[in-house]
Amino acid sequence: MKLFELGERTAQVHDVLVTLAELAERDDARAVLLESADDPALLKPYLNRLDLVVLRFPGFRDGRGFTQARELREYLRFSGEIRAEGHILPDQAAFLRRCGVDSVVLPKDGNGDPALWEKQLRQFPVAYQRSVLPERSVGPGLRVEEVS
Amino acid sequence: MSIPVGHYQYDPIDRDFLQARIAEFEGQVQRRLDGTLSEDEFKPLRLMNGLYLQLHAYMLRVAIPYGILDSRQLRKLGEIARRYDRDYGHFTTRQNIQFNWIRLEDTPAILRELAEVDMHAIQTSGNCIRNVTADEYAGAAADELVDPRVHAEILRQWSTLHPEFTFLPRKFKIAISGSPNDRVAARFHDIGILARPGADGAPVFRIFVGGGLGRTPIIGEELFDSVREEHLLATLEAILRVYNARGRRDNIYKARIKILVQAIGVEAYREAVEAELAQMDLERYRLTPEAVAAIRSRFAVPQLEAPADADAVLAQQRRDDPLFDRWVRSNTHVHRDPGHIIATVSLKPAGGIPGDATSAQIARLADLADAYSFGEIRITHLQNVVLGHVRKDRLRDLWLGLSEVGLAEANIGLIGDIVACPGLDYCALANARSIPIAQKLGARFADTALQAEIGALRINISGCINACGHHHAGHIGLLGVDKRGEEFFQLTVGGRAENGAAIGTILGAALPEDETVDAIARLVDCYLGRRESGETFLDTLTRLGHEPFREAAYETV
Ligand code: HEM
Ligand code: SF4
Repeated sequence: MKLFELGERTAQVHDVLVTLAELAERDDARAVLLESADDPALLKPYLNRLDLVVLRFPGFRDGRGFTQARELREYLRFSGEIRAEGHILPDQAAFLRRCGVDSVVLPKDGNGDPALWEKQLRQFPVAYQRSVLPERSVGPGLRVEEVS
Repeated sequence: MSIPVGHYQYDPIDRDFLQARIAEFEGQVQRRLDGTLSEDEFKPLRLMNGLYLQLHAYMLRVAIPYGILDSRQLRKLGEIARRYDRDYGHFTTRQNIQFNWIRLEDTPAILRELAEVDMHAIQTSGNCIRNVTADEYAGAAADELVDPRVHAEILRQWSTLHPEFTFLPRKFKIAISGSPNDRVAARFHDIGILARPGADGAPVFRIFVGGGLGRTPIIGEELFDSVREEHLLATLEAILRVYNARGRRDNIYKARIKILVQAIGVEAYREAVEAELAQMDLERYRLTPEAVAAIRSRFAVPQLEAPADADAVLAQQRRDDPLFDRWVRSNTHVHRDPGHIIATVSLKPAGGIPGDATSAQIARLADLADAYSFGEIRITHLQNVVLGHVRKDRLRDLWLGLSEVGLAEANIGLIGDIVACPGLDYCALANARSIPIAQKLGARFADTALQAEIGALRINISGCINACGHHHAGHIGLLGVDKRGEEFFQLTVGGRAENGAAIGTILGAALPEDETVDAIARLVDCYLGRRESGETFLDTLTRLGHEPFREAAYETV
């Protein structure tokens, strides 16, 4: 498994990764795997002990993970690591990052080339809407850029 | 360079963004060619940049945000038609333009040419928020309450490469209007927005959700009556968040927001949206008056000055020239300024292909827009072109100029103003050819005096159940069906997209292609024979019910 970091947070490797259903039984678990149909709000009781939430993308066209990540960051104020795995494309790197995802498990095929991910993160100098990241306005209007 | 009237003026940062988007697309094409991207992976990526694969060739759909472009941009579209297509373009019901004969390897070059005039193909297809449409008379119509273009531009920007909503269950279409007379089919969109002035001067927004046509036509339901401007984006984020999380992804025919709204009910949908809003940091999503003002300041406003006798000059010219008078009657709309008028140029010549324009016509339209309407052009959702601010005393000169290139057809809103999808001539999903039947109908009712006599009557044609030609919303709708390899058309009557939106009802069994035009002619005769004074087709249909029309359509001679 090769990890790629989308932002500043360093990716952590966890030996124990459990599903949402298993979480209640496993007091030692610090990492949980969410399927795209899982409701992140169900993580509420466990957030204090979780270091990592892995979002599994069953296919890159299934965009539920983006909403899950934002809910974790915006509603649940989760401050640990969020990781995306499964079928994801480098073309989604900036979207993932802007929704609060810190790292990805690189795909094993041609889409796993870190250079592609790196390039895509820097593709657009500005964005036209707020995200979960710290940003400042580069008006007129809605445009923002990241504050590094 | 002067700021164009009618649409947002790009600055260097916006232009850099477009270049970055082209570079990204070029990289994607490259990765497809070298095999790192599979065709399944490439397809959604190219669609998000407007590139379709049709029956015979690639089609590129270019965005015309809220349907408005300037003469420089229109000229560029004409050049692209000439250089990269077969010398014509096709204006669509979503106010965009399509080029039907594009080569994949030419697309980056075309995108670069478009970017020279601040145009692009971003989000004209794909399961993302599509190009936003707006009232074609925005900022010009006398009946308007709020000019929707500033907010349409805000929505365009907000939805551009939205990090959360670019991989939705299905495509997502938003339309916005600021007039009490709905000219955007607000209730046939995933989200329809009607703006009106609020107490504090800022607009408030009535929001409909879950409308749509396609194989399951549904009229959108009101989600909120009065959303304040500052909460517009937060509210849209919340609506989309609910849809993205809960919309169906197992079946593409059940994936639109309308299916989710129907499944859980609009009350439950509203509660879910309110639950999102309660958790959101509203300050973060706040649309500030400053941001709105900054975007508004990048729209130029036309200086509307007309001689005091402009109205009288026009009145005299109408008296002197009955042909011109007929065109004025069908093809113009009241402007907010008494010295000006809104002119609609019909792209529906009798026997022609609805919405098609040749590069020569496109270039001429650009010249006429410069001469008569501040260089501003609007594309309508009925596949016509509007020149929004024409001085009344110069309208006849415009009309003469249009006549020279075959664009002076006097049929807007009349039976010749047909909306048709590309159908089997281009589309792989089609059951029937929409274009030839549109041409035959156009030829049958070519006489503009007859069209004027028939009055308001809209015909919409779709080549299959996907309803790209909005047949459900036509006063008379035609749906292409396949019966053992033969092209048939099913007739519906009574649909409407305007105020009082309604879905047409099926009149009876589908008719073979070669009997359809006669059947429609009998429908029209039935109306003409039985209407009472002042009644439109829809009025008579409402009064008499379907039965007489059904009998007329199926009467065999
Ligand atoms: C030839 C290529 C085209 C293909 C393959 C195609 C395909 C489709 C499909 C599959 C749907 C149904 C989507 C759904 O209900 O979820 C649809 C709907 C629609 N399409 Fe097309 N289409 C094509 C061209 C066009 C053109 C040229 C226009 C505009 C003139 C257009 C405008 C629309 C509209 C307005 C709808 C229906 C309304 C709605 O979104 O609810 N399409 N199209
Ligand atoms: S309605 Fe059907 S035939 Fe017409 S363009 Fe849409 S998918 Fe193609």
